[in-house]
Amino acid sequence: MLEIKDLHVSVEETPILKGVNLKVNAGEVHAIMGPNGSGKSTLAKVIAGHPAYEVTQGSITYEVNFKEIDLMELEPHERARKGVFMAFQYPVEVPGVTNTSFLQAAFNAICRDQGAEEMDAIDFDVYLHEKIKLLSMDEKYLNRPLNVDFSGGEKKRNEILQMAVLTPRISFLDETDSGLDIDALRIVAAGVNKLKSKDNAIVLITHYQRLLNYIVPDFVHIMIDGKIAETGHKELALTVEDRGYDWLNKK
Amino acid sequence: MEHPSKKTQTEVTISENQLAGDYKFGFTTDVETEDFPKGINEGIIRLISEKRNEPEFMLEFRLKAFRHWETLEEPHWAHLYYPKIDYQAIRYYSAVKKKEDGPKSLDEVDPEVVKTFERLGIPVQEQKRLSGVAVDAVFDSISMGTTHQDVLAKAGVIFCSFSEAIQKHPELIQKYLGSVVPYTDNFFAALNAAVFSDGSFCYIPKGVRSPLELSTYFRINAMDTGQFERTLIVAEEASYVSYLEGCTAPSRDENQLHAAVVELITMKHAEIKYSTVQNWYSGDKDGKGGIFNFVTKRGKCVGAHSKISWTQVEAGAAITWKYPSVILQGDYSIGEFYSVALTNNKMQADTGTKMIHVGKNTRSKIISKGISCDQSVNSYRGLVKILSGAENARNYSNCDSMLVGDQCSANTFPYLEINNNTATVEHEATTSKINAEQIFYLKSRGLDDEEAISLLINGYCKDVFRELPLEFSVEAIKLLEMKLEGSVG
Ligand SMILES: Nc1ncnc2c1ncn2[C@@H]1O[C@H](COP(=O)(O)OP(=O)(O)OP(=O)(O)O)[C@@H](O)[C@H]1O
Ligand SMILES: [Mg+2]
Repeated sequence: MLEIKDLHVSVEETPILKGVNLKVNAGEVHAIMGPNGSGKSTLAKVIAGHPAYEVTQGSITYEVNFKEIDLMELEPHERARKGVFMAFQYPVEVPGVTNTSFLQAAFNAICRDQGAEEMDAIDFDVYLHEKIKLLSMDEKYLNRPLNVDFSGGEKKRNEILQMAVLTPRISFLDETDSGLDIDALRIVAAGVNKLKSKDNAIVLITHYQRLLNYIVPDFVHIMIDGKIAETGHKELALTVEDRGYDWLNKK
Repeated sequence: MEHPSKKTQTEVTISENQLAGDYKFGFTTDVETEDFPKGINEGIIRLISEKRNEPEFMLEFRLKAFRHWETLEEPHWAHLYYPKIDYQAIRYYSAVKKKEDGPKSLDEVDPEVVKTFERLGIPVQEQKRLSGVAVDAVFDSISMGTTHQDVLAKAGVIFCSFSEAIQKHPELIQKYLGSVVPYTDNFFAALNAAVFSDGSFCYIPKGVRSPLELSTYFRINAMDTGQFERTLIVAEEASYVSYLEGCTAPSRDENQLHAAVVELITMKHAEIKYSTVQNWYSGDKDGKGGIFNFVTKRGKCVGAHSKISWTQVEAGAAITWKYPSVILQGDYSIGEFYSVALTNNKMQADTGTKMIHVGKNTRSKIISKGISCDQSVNSYRGLVKILSGAENARNYSNCDSMLVGDQCSANTFPYLEINNNTATVEHEATTSKINAEQIFYLKSRGLDDEEAISLLINGYCKDVFRELPLEFSVEAIKLLEMKLEGSVG
């Protein structure tokens, strides 16, 4: 579904990603681990189309409707409409815009793009209530301004609510587990598992092996200094938990 | 004494894109005008009055105002910077030349002027008129005529240009002119009283609900000409009217002065709802050119249980100095002020309201939303004054500021003067920021730039937009989106 080849990315002339290769097929779950500052969030933001990052080399190919397209040709909102999603490591607060009005606007923008019928406020309300149930969220978050004064954990859960509403094809979840309490982690992981299907793919960025007990990855990648230094199966996460990243540096 | 010069004004239309960025109303119209020489003196004032064939009381009013104005200093207390204005370099009268005995109706107006209003989205010709809205079109100093006169006349509503009102209803004008904003009120109000040329007059008789929305569209066209119009609305007992006002001007490198006065009067149980979408040319990116908008707007709830509600969307002008206010004289009267003020580039706005509680059980509500972008300065200035006799007065104020980028500034100056301890006064204020990260966040969920900005603006301003008549609120949202697009992200 997504193929990243030899991806080099800079911010203001400073290279951050230095040749990333990654292939994600439909139905797969991937995990990316790695030390702070190694470039994991950068990779996710580049996929989402963040304007601060400049791709200096390499390609990102995305397959949609049996066609391969160059993802970098698309604006961030076009990527989103074609099913690319990133749960932010640091979700942004947007004052004045209620969670519900935001979700409805985003949902309908995607519907329009895909030629599906838009939902009016009443139908959307019903749809939204199914989704908040899935994540055991309180209704009160719906009428509050988007992420404003949400706690760290509430913001993370709200990201997954957005994923549940927008039903993307490929989702990068950037440290969604950080900041969630143990019960919240279980609930959110169960929610993600329900959203998982053979037609979509999930890439988890995490520091903790614990998450991977709940959402079991098919592949685990270790990113070090802007490159994927090691790829393995779920056992690799255990090794990292045990030994840290130092042994990979030496390799 | 100098005599009015007659000349044909020809100008090169400045490319609006070159100069003004997104300001699509920046064109000029070539029309034959009758202009007075520049400058102000008693002679000019007599000439204005004579030109318009005014009764004696008008000339006296103007002269008194002029003599008072001469004793005043230009005010500079607001949080605004502007160079001293040379009042002798301004022309105080410019009128599109009329056919022999002037246009009898809008259908006889210079086709260039008609075309101008059409380009501005204000169809004035009979066949194309907006249904449900009566329009008075004011081009430079002079009203071009008013639509739907017949429907209004049937209901007994008077809606005409100020000059027509002076001729046809001198007793009403004499009774109410200056009764809410006396010429002694402030520098610009005095200047306006001396030289005002036209504007609109509305009179809603007892028990009548105006069958149409009334609106005036102000257009500045001529160069070096000040626009000094005056609006007077009188709502008799238990009547209702909703009035809209829109404004635009060409893009020019020179500043132009607009100093208007608006007076509203409501009797017992009457209500006036006054809405403005102000989109004067605001100058270019470097702050060159644009309108100086120094306006005095005030309403007086004379009767008990009457209500005056101001709603404004201020999106243009290089400088805005404007405080639509309400004097709550009648017991149980209500004053409201809903405002969105957007500034970008190097615009400066100092705007807000005054709610003066005189009567018992009077209530006021202030909702102000400031949006500042680029290097602009946007200040809210408001006064809530509760007089000693105003038992149980209540006020609620909410003043929010939004900053777009980090070079702009926003200020809030709320003043309270409470002389009665039964008063209840509540004030809330917030400051928030829009930045590129927020736009990216919204885009990453499928919203394009326009949708993202629209969502932000709608959310932020919804308490004000809700108060605007529907077509106006759609226009206002589009206007703000257009202005913001260049500043965000
Ligand atoms: N917009 C930016 N401007 C400047 N430097 C940046 C920017 N974004 C990322 N960087 C730098 O790029 C490097 C990689 O950052 P990134 O956020 O991708 O790391 P990460 O792997 O997600 O780390 P963590 O585990 O701490 O979240 C860091 O050194 C960071 O400081
Ligand atoms: Mg990160």
